[in-house]
Amino acid sequence: MANRRLAPASEQPAAFAFSSENAEWAKGQIEKYPQGRQASAVIPLLWKAQEQNGGWLPQKAIEAVADELGMPHIRVLEVATFYTMFALEPVGRFWIQLCGTVPCDSCGARELKDYLQHRLGAPGHVSADGNFSWLEVECLGACCNAPMAQINQDYYEDLTPDLLGKLMDDLAAGRPVKVGSQVGRTSSEPLGGADTLIDATLFDGSRVGAWRKRFEDKEAEDGSEQGKAEAASSEQRAASEPKPARPDAGRAVEKPVTDAPAQRAAAGEMPVKAGDTADAADPKESTATSPTQAAPMPAPETIAKAEAAGAEAGTQSDLPRNEPPPQPAASGASADIAEAPPVDTKPSTAKASSAKPSTPRSPAPKKGN
Amino acid sequence: MTKIVVDGTEVDVPAEYTLLQACEAAGAEIPRFCFHERLSIAGNCRMCLVELKGAPKPVASCAYAVKDCRPGPNGEPPEVLTRSGQTKKAREGVMEFLLINHPLDCPICDQGGHCDLQDQAMAYGVDSTRYGENKRAVEEKYIGPLVRTAMNRCIHCTRCVRFLAEVAGVPDLGAIGRGEDMEITSYLESAMGSELQGNVADLCPVGALVHKPQSYEVRPWELSKTESVDVMDAVGCAIRVDARGREVMQIEPRVHEGINEEWISDKTRHAVDGLRTQRLDRPYLRENGRLRPASWGEAFGAIAAKVKSTDPKRMGAVVGDLAGVEEIYALKALMTSLGVTNLDCRQAGEAIDPSWGRAAYTLGTGIAGIEDTDAILLVGTNPRLEASLLNVRIRKRWRMGPLAVGLIGEPVDLTYPHTYLGAGPETLADLASGQHSFAEALKAASRPLIIVGTGALTRPDGAAILAAAAKLAQDNGAVTPEWNGFGVLQTAAARVGALDLRFVPGEGGLDFAGIAGAGSLDVVYNLGADEVTIEPGAFVIYQGTHGDRGATRADVVLPGAAYTEKSATYVNLEGRVQTTNRAGFPPGDAREDWAILRALSDVLGRRLPFDSLAALRRALYAEHPHFAALDAIAPSDAVATVETLSALSGEPSRTAFASAIPDFYLSNAIARASRVLAECSSLARVRGLEAAE
Repeated sequence: MANRRLAPASEQPAAFAFSSENAEWAKGQIEKYPQGRQASAVIPLLWKAQEQNGGWLPQKAIEAVADELGMPHIRVLEVATFYTMFALEPVGRFWIQLCGTVPCDSCGARELKDYLQHRLGAPGHVSADGNFSWLEVECLGACCNAPMAQINQDYYEDLTPDLLGKLMDDLAAGRPVKVGSQVGRTSSEPLGGADTLIDATLFDGSRVGAWRKRFEDKEAEDGSEQGKAEAASSEQRAASEPKPARPDAGRAVEKPVTDAPAQRAAAGEMPVKAGDTADAADPKESTATSPTQAAPMPAPETIAKAEAAGAEAGTQSDLPRNEPPPQPAASGASADIAEAPPVDTKPSTAKASSAKPSTPRSPAPKKGN
Repeated sequence: MTKIVVDGTEVDVPAEYTLLQACEAAGAEIPRFCFHERLSIAGNCRMCLVELKGAPKPVASCAYAVKDCRPGPNGEPPEVLTRSGQTKKAREGVMEFLLINHPLDCPICDQGGHCDLQDQAMAYGVDSTRYGENKRAVEEKYIGPLVRTAMNRCIHCTRCVRFLAEVAGVPDLGAIGRGEDMEITSYLESAMGSELQGNVADLCPVGALVHKPQSYEVRPWELSKTESVDVMDAVGCAIRVDARGREVMQIEPRVHEGINEEWISDKTRHAVDGLRTQRLDRPYLRENGRLRPASWGEAFGAIAAKVKSTDPKRMGAVVGDLAGVEEIYALKALMTSLGVTNLDCRQAGEAIDPSWGRAAYTLGTGIAGIEDTDAILLVGTNPRLEASLLNVRIRKRWRMGPLAVGLIGEPVDLTYPHTYLGAGPETLADLASGQHSFAEALKAASRPLIIVGTGALTRPDGAAILAAAAKLAQDNGAVTPEWNGFGVLQTAAARVGALDLRFVPGEGGLDFAGIAGAGSLDVVYNLGADEVTIEPGAFVIYQGTHGDRGATRADVVLPGAAYTEKSATYVNLEGRVQTTNRAGFPPGDAREDWAILRALSDVLGRRLPFDSLAALRRALYAEHPHFAALDAIAPSDAVATVETLSALSGEPSRTAFASAIPDFYLSNAIARASRVLAECSSLARVRGLEAAE
């Protein structure tokens, strides 16, 4: 991010005044705030001024907003130079803000950058036809569909140089373009369609209480002598190797205090401890119940259907964006545990060989409390 | 009160204290850059981190309240560690971050030697850097003729921004950009518009903002520092005069809670170069219409010849704005012994008679007392220019809580919101008859304050206006035995002291205008009065420091000492007695003023009865005991005075009030000799023209 300064005097318009419509709108914004707090409306007003001025903020607009709100000019300049959403130099009719932060970069933003550099020249300049200007910006928060660019108010995602070129041609020619993903995916779901959270039991309440069942079963297993011995030995170990409560005080000392995978790798050990990997992917640890026993799942289905239809139509979900998406029916908060008998949750006896030290446990909780 | 343990010492502090204040109460020293006692808390430098038991991370003590600390598990008082390893490590980390971009130019930096960053880097810095990258480079900014910038050094503490916005009330500076690109600047690099802008360089904890006039000239360790008092206006700010050899290099503020807190105006600070130029360093004698250098003997001889051949009735003496009490006392003693009654000190022609009582020419509440008032009426004054630090106090009071301020006079920007009531005396009459809405605010106030400017008194109807204002004060209960809410805002440092000495016309004596009038007198002794020209005719003896208007008109010039070159007593507009101290010697043959008068009295055959300053002061204190109580305000009977004042007769005219100070930066001989203040003055004039457009 370069130093953000006002545009040179040669590019500054001689005057700025809100159009009557915008002035009316500004008045409405200012009225939102109590007497003496009108300065709170500075960002909406600057935003409107930028919109009116073709996407950038000239010096006169900053002064006009300051005078409107009774603020010293420097205070408004502070705001305008702080937020990168205010452009201080002229921009093209379509202002392309290309994300160049790590996720986009690793998904190919660099090619996009080269493409823009090749097609439009150096960033920060308006193209000869006045249609485009571009800038590499920091993360715009759409990493899921990287690489992406914001053009004026909209996000265009999953770009490739070809797609971006076509998009720019369409924009310049005034043809309709598709907002969002350019490869047809719906919002941020995986490229091939949803492949997670499709387990119906997630939504029918059948999993409620499964964890307790698992603990109770485990409790019964731990009645064996081995569990107790393991617990005792871990306590002994803790006593003989006390860990400091906090890092060494005083000046930073040149010794590693962490046990990071990178350090282990450097020392020629396995990056991830065997103990940590032991039960990470153990399918027997699954608490999922059989999908065959799934109860009806009304709400999620409707959403999925709507989104799938939207994806086919090339648009995003037609659910209003500014409302929270509908939640599935209360997922078993009051559902009876007995309705979904867990079948596969019984831990196998192999559990006892887990490297994880089991902690001593209080007696099993009373049933039904 | 809340208990808190700081480094094992338990202290009991008010709950609203910050941890930093609590630590200081416990005697622990906390390093800081952005925090300043008199500014709002920013909490952005992080240098004041301390370890708070139970908190997961070190906390910024300047922005963490004692009442927000949680007690220990068994209800023990919260514990703060300011010297623990974690604290030290945290501060070292902060210091390392601050130094990433701070240039290593201490040897050529004007802040070197009194730099907070330098000092604290000695305690928390490391001797090397871990960063190989280039340091940040920031363009220099123009922010006015008094403050030079070296923005590479800025650590973004925002003290300057907060000072101008909060204390000065002229929010000209701001921080543009963000993060690493943040820069302090004024809007489009225009000059700051505050008359207190020099203070931002004092506040700057690094060398980013330094005093431009003293650039590359001063090192703090080569200066002798003398505590003194300012005479540029009647506020009497506490200052420290820094001299190298006999040359005064800079003037810095000193803390005086009753007067200037720790700020001074630009005029106070930058009149320094006026002390070097245009100085009178030897006596002069007018011969054939031209002044020629003379010896003290020749000058005294010429005076003695003239005085001895003149009738005391045809002689007079006037005192200017910068004279100390000692020389006024000596002059009065000399003139009285000669039988002269034409004496006056009221150079601007104020309608003030010291016989009305001291409350008639001082500010009764005192400057600190302004914080207790709840409504202020300003009559014919612009305190921002006439007494900048008093204006700061009014602004401080306005920031503390609701305050109704009414202004009658020139419509000016006082830096705080006020009701502009009107321009002339008729508004005062409207207010008295309750026709104005502000009258209710004044009536409702429990401790109203009415300040009359000298601009309202230096008119033919001055006494009538004083009477009207006193009547208003009486009617609104502004003056009671407990609260003296009536005051006159003096603008000259010498005035209150001279009025205390009753340096006013005696029986049948002429006043200032009469003495200066054409052909009225044969001999006039002018002790530093430069603002009024004495008409041709009289033989004028001018005793002063600068070749200003007074010396140009004089027939004999006697070179005196400026306020930094003598120990002299001044009484400020509150009536507070203070003394200056000698930081250097007067130039050339110039002498201390009381000594000149003592020597002259010998030549005139009227030897004054003191041979030393101590003897003079003994005589002075015997006659006027209140001068002996330094830094004290002698009580006066305000109720009786206001009664006397309101009984004064006269009919106010309809002319609008004008300020007593037409040009803030050029209000006395020293300031007029200063090149820096001349530049400020021309900038202010341009600003005034722009504002008028």
